Amino acid sequence: MSDNPEQLRYTESHEWLRQLDHGIAEVGITDHAQSLLGDIVYVELPEVGSTLTAGTEAVVVESVKAASDAYSPVSGEVIEVNESLNETPEIINQDAFGKGWIYRLKLADSSEIDALLNAAAYTLKAAEDDD
Amino acid sequence: MPGSRYSSALVQTAVGEIQSTERQRRQLPTIAQAKGPQQLPTLESAALQPAKGQSSQAPEQRGGDSQATGQDSARYDLRNIPMSNKTPLYPAHLAAGGKVVDFAGWQLPVHYGSQLEEHHQVRNDAGMFDVSHMCRLHLSGQDSGDFLRHLVANNIDKLTEPGKALYTPMLLPQGGVIDDLIIYRLDNSNYRVVVNAATREKDLAWMFKQAIAFDDVNLALLDDTAMIAVQGPQAREKTLQVLSDTDAVVAAGLDPFFGAVTSDLFIGRTGYTGEDGFEIVTPATGGIAMWDKLLAAGVKPCGLGARDTLRLEAGMCLYGHDLDETSTPLESGIAWTIGWQPQDRDFIGRSALAQQKSTGIPRRLVGLLLEGKGVLRDGQTVQTTAGDGLITSGGFSPTLNRSIALARVPWDCRPGSDCSVLIRKRPQPARVVKFPFVRNGKAV
Repeated sequence: MSDNPEQLRYTESHEWLRQLDHGIAEVGITDHAQSLLGDIVYVELPEVGSTLTAGTEAVVVESVKAASDAYSPVSGEVIEVNESLNETPEIINQDAFGKGWIYRLKLADSSEIDALLNAAAYTLKAAEDDD
Repeated sequence: MPGSRYSSALVQTAVGEIQSTERQRRQLPTIAQAKGPQQLPTLESAALQPAKGQSSQAPEQRGGDSQATGQDSARYDLRNIPMSNKTPLYPAHLAAGGKVVDFAGWQLPVHYGSQLEEHHQVRNDAGMFDVSHMCRLHLSGQDSGDFLRHLVANNIDKLTEPGKALYTPMLLPQGGVIDDLIIYRLDNSNYRVVVNAATREKDLAWMFKQAIAFDDVNLALLDDTAMIAVQGPQAREKTLQVLSDTDAVVAAGLDPFFGAVTSDLFIGRTGYTGEDGFEIVTPATGGIAMWDKLLAAGVKPCGLGARDTLRLEAGMCLYGHDLDETSTPLESGIAWTIGWQPQDRDFIGRSALAQQKSTGIPRRLVGLLLEGKGVLRDGQTVQTTAGDGLITSGGFSPTLNRSIALARVPWDCRPGSDCSVLIRKRPQPARVVKFPFVRNGKAV
């Protein structure tokens, strides 16, 4: 498993969040998650303008193996989705924490981020899963 | 492929509360759950263990003890049934980085890194699969031919040449499919039979039960063996390189769907991918050596994940999905496996099939091509003008780069028509087609 970047925050359900400027955050699934899912062949993206609530389904990730929900780590309005996933969903397999970002949202309440896991806590959680 | 990123139905779907409620209802697995029943092997468990005596033994097998040569460990004790069996090739999977999961009670690799790459490897070059979990039998005795003429729907008398193989369903009297199997005729009183791992115990029980009516039928389990399927356009050439000179001569002489016994191997020019290749049965102790030789010849290990997408593209049925005890071969796209001639051959299920044929076949198995993005999955509802059906095997086709499926639909739903598949409760357009989808590397 590749390292979980220090600057990101994580959920126990294997999503990551990167804080950008002006109350905007970028969301994806972790490298550990893509490794569990296997080759990803389709991502059902949220619609731009839709409102997501923390802990609810935001995205469906379809791999060769199964369809899986990914949850929104925080609440907010979707302002942009990663359109390149429509043609090349495998970039999540290749670069889950970078080019494989899934959507960006305008945070409804930036204090929600405080409740998310840091890299060390998530790494521990992911390691427990492997046991 | 259409350029639109979303199907129109998806774009028009309202988001927000309604969708959120729908999603809660449909209960997709979370990412954590999608991991499946993976049990990472320990180093201790990686030691090579003989297959003999590992598998669960049904009590019915004891009834066959006197007949079953080479089967001296048939005992039935729940405490002795391991949670999951290992094939003789298990250490090779660990060495190759296989992601091992439980499959029908066997510890087998679902992939060795990328299922998609393994799929393409088989379509474009050569890959190998550990199929040792499948159940191999040697059938012998003066009455073995008559036994098979009664036991299975296809007619072994089509096997006019020694070594020829037959694909056939084995039916219940009501016409439902107990299992699908391959029978190789070695001579008039010797046959090799391969049945599915998941149905092993019920198949054996059924076969032993039917064999009672015949005086001279011997069924011997070949559990002390490993079986490797080498598949792909380069599979034969690469396999011939690693066989002994005498075995290579035999293997090179096999026509498609023939098999032969050599000094210590059984080699069949058969498979489950829609590509050319061999299925090789070796003594269990020689399995790893054969695997390693194939590896050195450039044959890449491929997991059961790729095996499933390959067979789906090739339009080959998977028992428990496309075939089961509640559907007849006439409803399963394998009517061609019913040996109606001669009319006086009284195989099990014949009268039920004849009756269904005369009163009307209610359903048929068809192929589906999803028009837009997304992935068809087993169990999704298919809406047609003739009524609703169900996807029996769905997935992503790496060769076609779109989603395909096999589905059981009302008989009046014909290939060439349009339908909708409910994916997460939203209807998505799909086309009803004939299958296979891919054969010998090419879209059909």
